[in-house]
Amino acid sequence: MIPEIGHFALIVALIVSLMGAIVPHMAIARGDTRLMAMAGQFAYAQFLLATVAFAALTYAYVISDFSVLNVAANSHTAKPLLYKLSGVWGNHEGSLMLWILILSLFSACVAYGGKNLPLRFRSRVLAVQSALLVGFLLFVLLTSNPFERLDPAPFEGNGLNPLLQDPGLAFHPPMLYIGYVGLSVAFSFAVAALIEGEVTPLWARWVRPWTLAAWVFLTAGIALGSWWAYYELGWGGWWFWDPVENASFMPWLAATALLHSSIVVEKRDALKSWTILLAIVAFSFSLLGTFLVRSGVLTSVHAFAVDPERGVFILAFLAIIIGGSLALFAWRAPKLTPSGIFSLSSRESALVLNNILLATFAAVVLVGTLYPLVLEAINGVQITVGPPFFEFAATILMSPLIVALGFGPLLAWKRGNISRAAQILLPAVIISLFVFWITIWHDAAGMIMTGVGIGLGSWLMLSVMLEINKKTNFWIHPRGFWRRAKKLPRATWGMSLAHAGLGIILLAITVSEAWTEETLRLMKVGDSELVGGYNFTLEEVAPVAGPNYTAVRAHFLVEHNGNFIARLAPEDRVYSDPPMNTTEAGIYPLIRGDLYAVIGEYAGSNAWSVRLYFKPLISGLWLGAGLMALGGLISLSDRRQRIGAPASKKRLAFVSIAAKPAKVPKPAAPAKAIKPKKPTKPTKMAKAATPKKRTKPKKSVKTGA
Amino acid sequence: MNSFMRFVPLLIVSSIFIVFLLMMGGERNPKEIKSVLIGKPVPAFSLPTLQEGEAPLTEAALKTGKPILVNFFASWCAPCRAEHDNLMYLAHEKGISIIGIAYKDTPEKSAAFLAELGTPFTNVAQDQEGRAGIDWGITGVPETFLVSGDGIIRYRHWGPIVGDGLEKRLLPKLEEIQ
Repeated sequence: MIPEIGHFALIVALIVSLMGAIVPHMAIARGDTRLMAMAGQFAYAQFLLATVAFAALTYAYVISDFSVLNVAANSHTAKPLLYKLSGVWGNHEGSLMLWILILSLFSACVAYGGKNLPLRFRSRVLAVQSALLVGFLLFVLLTSNPFERLDPAPFEGNGLNPLLQDPGLAFHPPMLYIGYVGLSVAFSFAVAALIEGEVTPLWARWVRPWTLAAWVFLTAGIALGSWWAYYELGWGGWWFWDPVENASFMPWLAATALLHSSIVVEKRDALKSWTILLAIVAFSFSLLGTFLVRSGVLTSVHAFAVDPERGVFILAFLAIIIGGSLALFAWRAPKLTPSGIFSLSSRESALVLNNILLATFAAVVLVGTLYPLVLEAINGVQITVGPPFFEFAATILMSPLIVALGFGPLLAWKRGNISRAAQILLPAVIISLFVFWITIWHDAAGMIMTGVGIGLGSWLMLSVMLEINKKTNFWIHPRGFWRRAKKLPRATWGMSLAHAGLGIILLAITVSEAWTEETLRLMKVGDSELVGGYNFTLEEVAPVAGPNYTAVRAHFLVEHNGNFIARLAPEDRVYSDPPMNTTEAGIYPLIRGDLYAVIGEYAGSNAWSVRLYFKPLISGLWLGAGLMALGGLISLSDRRQRIGAPASKKRLAFVSIAAKPAKVPKPAAPAKAIKPKKPTKPTKMAKAATPKKRTKPKKSVKTGA
Repeated sequence: MNSFMRFVPLLIVSSIFIVFLLMMGGERNPKEIKSVLIGKPVPAFSLPTLQEGEAPLTEAALKTGKPILVNFFASWCAPCRAEHDNLMYLAHEKGISIIGIAYKDTPEKSAAFLAELGTPFTNVAQDQEGRAGIDWGITGVPETFLVSGDGIIRYRHWGPIVGDGLEKRLLPKLEEIQ
């Protein structure tokens, strides 16, 4: 009965979404404000129905109702409750249900939090969100119904892939999905702005918190995924440039670019069509990330639901959403004329450079992911694009980005002074060059890239410190530091923290790649091995039994110069349903690095094959990612980021403009025209920066077109 | 934004979708890795046979002037059981000689496997360490190679020979050579 309720809720949700996708546009065409306001009600109803459906499926998992095909195929009575719950989204149908739930949740949040948006615009946004939901609901109902019954019901279920039975992976998909789906809000805002034919600095201000929230979850989700790979796959790697990983990395890159370009829209009313394009592209990458791996087009070790039957639907769906929004973009982009101008050396230009490099990197990752497919389509040759390609691209593109990143925050808006920024950063330049030379000199065996990595990492960390020092005047007047630090906007702190996080990640990657020590050998109980200065002794190997697996657990004693450091207990597990072997690495993080032990196969005569690692500074990866996410959260808590924060009279000014019927399309502005718009600048800075005389300064960059 | 630039994103995405559409149709299995050995002579090998006291089996045994199948199997492999009936059919109804290579398996278990299900093989070699498997480039068991009479590999069947795999893929290739 309960599953039928869930199924029914999905059908009703489809009807409500169809109405929600159509009614607001009709209301706007008729100018019926009461009907426009209905868009919010539709969003709440969608969320309620999606919650009912998701709860019904979860209930079926919790009570192990094997008369539901999806539960029988993916769950088992012996699984711990946590994995019964995570099993809900650990399969194709269930993960789509999670998508729908989160998508409708975001719609409801936009409806609730967007009460300050102009009614017309809000209805458009919610209509686009509803249209997305229609697509997903149709997909679930037509091709992947999670409530399908099984008769007769089996006595026991098949169980969940043991690799997925892990706390890290229980939360990885929801995090990632919140990030993916969060980008749908940016997408809907972009499409709504294209329909309305107007992008204003206020638009950027509205869309930024949503992008930032999505970005925080994406960052955390990706970090969690790589952490899982690090300790569960058992060979010490944490990133594989696998198509599915790339699929989560591309939206991250696009979202990062969007985050930065929307600042330029907000401050300078420039880069408009580019920012709109980024919003569309970021969400398109999310859709690719979710769907491409399921269509049977790409292969990947991660793809748990490959089914070519669904491919046609997926492709049609993607074509409508991505193709449709880009066609709308091509049609409407000429209307988005920028009004702001800025000089070549300014914060805006630094952000443009950031965008160029991030977008290029995303494009390179896309090419690397799809190239094997294209090649096979053309001449049937199968190839794999491996880490060397991506690592090369990352080095080439990220190095200038990081150099520029040190300067960016120190440049003034509109017209900055690079040489003054360079003066402030001089200590960072000297120290990082010194570190670079020391590294190369110390390890003369051609480790130039290691030197570059460490040099850039320390450059970034130092420049962040110097920037904070400059803003708080810490060096000259240390006493008033806290008072001045508290006065800095939280967004500034968030930015510095996130940038420092990137520096830590860079250092962690470089150091751990260059100086990891690794040993693979057969060990008997009592044997010792010295790895990275730490002495690993195999004390005992004993069988253990878990709730749904049996395992062999090794006990390692780790000592450093005779002093006790840690005990590691790696396991080699054999799950019963489905039968599968997994490794659980034994990891002990030290400040210097991670001690990492894996026990492998029994090699006869009381010996086991073991792998022991010392991975210096690797925790910095997750620490850095955590700092980035934390920086995003702090920035999100800034008053200026909150929706409705703009002062009310300025908002009114905007509403009166936005509420006008869409302007008659003007012919595409000639590339050099700087068309003064209505002065609708909401912020102090933008207002101050709006030049009185609209003559074109000699040194200006034309952007956004 | 000039009039051409704004169409660029749409054009790129459209061309990507066309590639997707092309790649989705047909018999393509994205999990299958194509063999590079097609059209090349069989790799050299010398493996002990399952019957004791016989001379080791070498690649010379494949150059019989008639098409021959080489089937990598193992007693521990469930799909091998699934395709066994079809191998029996090929051997006994179609009269095709099949060389079995017991991959990473003990002789006792391989013998028990064949005693239980009957043997379709004219000869069974043992590849206990999987060296021949590496030379033939197999990605798992079962895999079956069709070798023409002159010792050239003509076709590699990936995975078990079941369902349409026999009628639509293996048999047409076999008839082509015959």
